[in-house]
Amino acid sequence: MGKAVAVIGTGQTKHGRRDDVSYPDLIREAVQAVFEDAGITIQDVDAIVYGSMPSMMEGVAYNHFYMADALRAVGKPLLRTETCGSTGQSIAQTAVYWVASGMADIVLVVGSEKQHEGDAQATMMTIPEKITVPAIGGAPMAFSMQSREWMGYFNIDEDKAREAAAIVSVDCHDGGLNNPLAHMRMKVTKEEVMNAKIITYPVRLLDVCPSSDGACAVLFASEEKAKKICKNPAWIKGMGFRGEEYYTGDSNKAVWQSTIGAAQEAYKQAGITDPRKELDVAEIYNPFTYHALMFMECLGLCPPGEAPDYVINGVFSPGGELPCDPSGGVLCTNCIGATGLIRLAEAARQVTGKAGSMQVEGAKLALSHAMGGIEQFNAVTIVGSEL
Amino acid sequence: MTEQYEKSRVLKGVLRVPYEMAVGPVWTRFFEGFKQKKILATKCNECGRTLVPARPFCPRCFKPMDEWMEVAQEGTIISWSYVNYTYFGMTQDMIPQVPVSVKLDGTDCGWLFGNIGGFDVNNFDLVNAKVKVGGRIKAVWRNEPEGNMLDIDHWEIIK
Repeated sequence: MGKAVAVIGTGQTKHGRRDDVSYPDLIREAVQAVFEDAGITIQDVDAIVYGSMPSMMEGVAYNHFYMADALRAVGKPLLRTETCGSTGQSIAQTAVYWVASGMADIVLVVGSEKQHEGDAQATMMTIPEKITVPAIGGAPMAFSMQSREWMGYFNIDEDKAREAAAIVSVDCHDGGLNNPLAHMRMKVTKEEVMNAKIITYPVRLLDVCPSSDGACAVLFASEEKAKKICKNPAWIKGMGFRGEEYYTGDSNKAVWQSTIGAAQEAYKQAGITDPRKELDVAEIYNPFTYHALMFMECLGLCPPGEAPDYVINGVFSPGGELPCDPSGGVLCTNCIGATGLIRLAEAARQVTGKAGSMQVEGAKLALSHAMGGIEQFNAVTIVGSEL
Repeated sequence: MTEQYEKSRVLKGVLRVPYEMAVGPVWTRFFEGFKQKKILATKCNECGRTLVPARPFCPRCFKPMDEWMEVAQEGTIISWSYVNYTYFGMTQDMIPQVPVSVKLDGTDCGWLFGNIGGFDVNNFDLVNAKVKVGGRIKAVWRNEPEGNMLDIDHWEIIK
């Protein structure tokens, strides 16, 4: 894994519809917050990594040019990394590579999205092969197809899956109410979720995330710097990233190899053999409730095909064996380029006791995760309170 | 400068940019097959998989896939959905739609392509009763195929 790397600070904007500020203003909000959290200044930073969705979805090309001032990139090395939904994890991992290699001591990572400026849904029409695949229904369609494949492959009872998905939605929305920065802050009941309008079967209105504006910033540091600057850093214990073929039909998406591969790699590095027992909290990338269920399985948190049973039994709910997405998760906030980094920031806040009203008591080891592409990329980063 | 404005301005615009896409010899031939109501696949001689749509090279073996064959127009449903909201470029009269991923007989992959039709898909309960993962469907072509992705009008449920 190279040299030890720590998270020494995190910062986020208020997420939601943010047409009250310009895009650079929004980024500045997160950047200011992370410096306040870490108690350092830009002079301490060696390099900057930035990510968002691709230019076409942003509505402006090369947006790292547009954001350079807000990123404090003047006079610094700047890298842009993007892998669609998994961008937030990819930019974090880019920074970890940088520090772990010894080429930088402190790296600032910023992920952002203003979904209300570009039209991410419209431009997603250009992701599938536009000549060979007639694209309708966008991301919800593609991921709902995967959910239905999963239910069919494991012969999961439709009503049971629907109930488990509703529990995920209720838990996340309760989490969102605890999270002052979340986009969706509303109470929902299981019945409301189960009877909401079908968007793309099996996904219903309250099974799907919002389109959010927001940014997240995280500072990574070497062991020496982290110990000097930060009283209780969150240490990077392991990380993995895996990709798959472009054509979704080329592999079985019910047993999602890129999730499994990314998680197993991260667990190996972190020395984790029984993730459900060893982890204290997980921030799973869950833009759709059914995906939370699939991820619980593919991240190795429960046996394949059994996530609905575990969820119905409360294993992944607040107070359960492994609480998932106490921040409200992606279901309550999806500023895409920031989303995977928010998972990591929330995991780091948990293991350093800084998660406030979302705190899982005594959390020491946490998983963060993101997915991207059309059922194509998965990333996992594990953080812990001890080196 | 002490002026305060009640609300920040939001400027709106629409971008239109030209684009052209070279589909290459393999997909050119694939869509020529559509004109004759044929579904063409290519086979990898390394791993032995037959993939549709036809591919220039095997994603796993990285070898050219130059063995062509026409495959069956019937297959098994791997997954389906029910699109019930309007998306960019769609109008209310276009929904609901029932997209499907099908594994054609004799091929080794799923193919996310087109919609199930041939009956009233407005009734979700009817769709949910008729469309099953593992169920069988076959391609129904439009009368005069033009060699593009709209040539398969819909997939019909068969016993």
